[in-house]
Amino acid sequence: MKEITLGQYYQTDSVLHRLDPRVKLVGTLCYIISLFIVNSWPGYVAVGLFLAVMIVLSRVPFSYIVRGMKAIAFILAVTVIFNLFMTPGEPLVSIWKLTVTREGLSFAIKMAVRLVFLIIGSSLMTLTTTPTQLTDALENLMGPLKKLHVPVHEISMMMSIALRFIPILMEETDKIEKAQMARGADFESKSIIQRVKSMVPILVPLFISAFRRANDLAMAMEARCYHGGEGRTRMKPLVYERRDFIAYVILAVFFGLCIAMRLLNL
Amino acid sequence: MIEVKDACYTYEAGTAMAVNAIDHITTTIPDGQFIGLIGHTGSGKSTFVQLLNGLIKCSSGQVLYNGEDINADGYDRRNLRSHVGLVFQYPEHQLFETDILTDVMFGPKNQGLSEEECRERAKEALLSVGFSERHFSQSPFDLSGGQKRRAAIAGVLAMRPDVLILDEPTAGLDPKGRDNILEMISELNRTHDITILLVSHSMEDVARYVERIMVMDSGHFILDGAPAEVFAQAEKLEEVGLAAPQITYIMRKLKARGLNIQTDALTYEEAAEEILKHRSELEALRTQE
Repeated sequence: MKEITLGQYYQTDSVLHRLDPRVKLVGTLCYIISLFIVNSWPGYVAVGLFLAVMIVLSRVPFSYIVRGMKAIAFILAVTVIFNLFMTPGEPLVSIWKLTVTREGLSFAIKMAVRLVFLIIGSSLMTLTTTPTQLTDALENLMGPLKKLHVPVHEISMMMSIALRFIPILMEETDKIEKAQMARGADFESKSIIQRVKSMVPILVPLFISAFRRANDLAMAMEARCYHGGEGRTRMKPLVYERRDFIAYVILAVFFGLCIAMRLLNL
Repeated sequence: MIEVKDACYTYEAGTAMAVNAIDHITTTIPDGQFIGLIGHTGSGKSTFVQLLNGLIKCSSGQVLYNGEDINADGYDRRNLRSHVGLVFQYPEHQLFETDILTDVMFGPKNQGLSEEECRERAKEALLSVGFSERHFSQSPFDLSGGQKRRAAIAGVLAMRPDVLILDEPTAGLDPKGRDNILEMISELNRTHDITILLVSHSMEDVARYVERIMVMDSGHFILDGAPAEVFAQAEKLEEVGLAAPQITYIMRKLKARGLNIQTDALTYEEAAEEILKHRSELEALRTQE
């Protein structure tokens, strides 16, 4: 459980860390869209270069990012295998009843590259942005929706609480699991039914503790006069600086380039 | 008997955040002893006790139970855990069944015992921690804090361990609940001859009951011996943010004032007796001043 580094904040000081979270949120969105816009090898190289520069700028060790990728290795493998064997076209190699086609090979590689870029790119945002900054940015960007009576503040508050609770609940699960193991619980059994049954002694205490924590938190918030987003001020209001505008310009250029590549069929 | 040989344990090994929670520890826990394990928060106590029943594996060194290496391949660690029972901090958070009796039966069931036998053991365990028959069908969530704690301890006791490790069993309890639990543990040690390892950060708690105190600081044992020996080195305890029981300080002050008394009293009763022995000296001192 502790090996999940995907999407956790990595503490260091870099240009990307200092960037306004709104820029990073918009940037990540642009980046993901551009991943689906480009459809050629030169396009992938361009996106890859952009990503590589961002990784260097973020000062997050590359090995740390790769370690986070372990979590999606399985999905990646399934995607590649299906694309490899299921795409019709000019046959390359035949193993038993399965045929690898030229189109399949190229499609599988493109798919894999796209997935890896997608995950690394979006995890780069969460690696360089604290959950608080992220929800602040989200609340700010969704601000116009308030006019449509969308409870923007409430949504972002729920999101930040949910994010904050992930590590807490993970630690709690670990503790309960150990306590039940000390009482002889068996989590290594092979049979699926046994394994599902063995989850009960973990899930029940976990739910109870989650409710207790939620209750305590609500009480603590009320004790400090929390009453929703109306008239609430911030300790660190989001203010754009020069580097943020520069970043927007770079983003626009990158995005424009991707669209141009697609239109020109490069 | 549990032997620990040169054991180390590192959290987050290989990263910048690596912490040596256990740093080359060697010690022996003989059968039947009642031991107090004392240390400041973060001194490695909780990590150490988890090494003893194989919940975590030491990064280097060995842990032997009755002469066998518990981390060896093929060693039955699940079986070990029914011999070395571990009660975690705030054990009441592990309760999950609809009534106490069924919850306590969880351990024996995992040992593969028959329904009858499980029920028998659970009843015995619950009675020994001070519940009566009428409580058995109560939901664990309707109990008071101290009762929950006792029910959770019964859950481990029902497995009939030879060694019982309790990680801060009195944390967050009122004085009466605390005394109840400590008295009960001490009773288990005397009548059932169970080896007890009591983890605590309060000297007052353990001084009265244990026969040996191990003091831990940043992954090492800095003191290990009978309570009187350990408390004699109050300065060393203070260095690591702990303190000897208040009574030790009173006795020492009296001695410093010229009273020729023994300073190794562990309880208020012993201290009172010792002071009363020297009543005449005390009177003499008073008139001098």
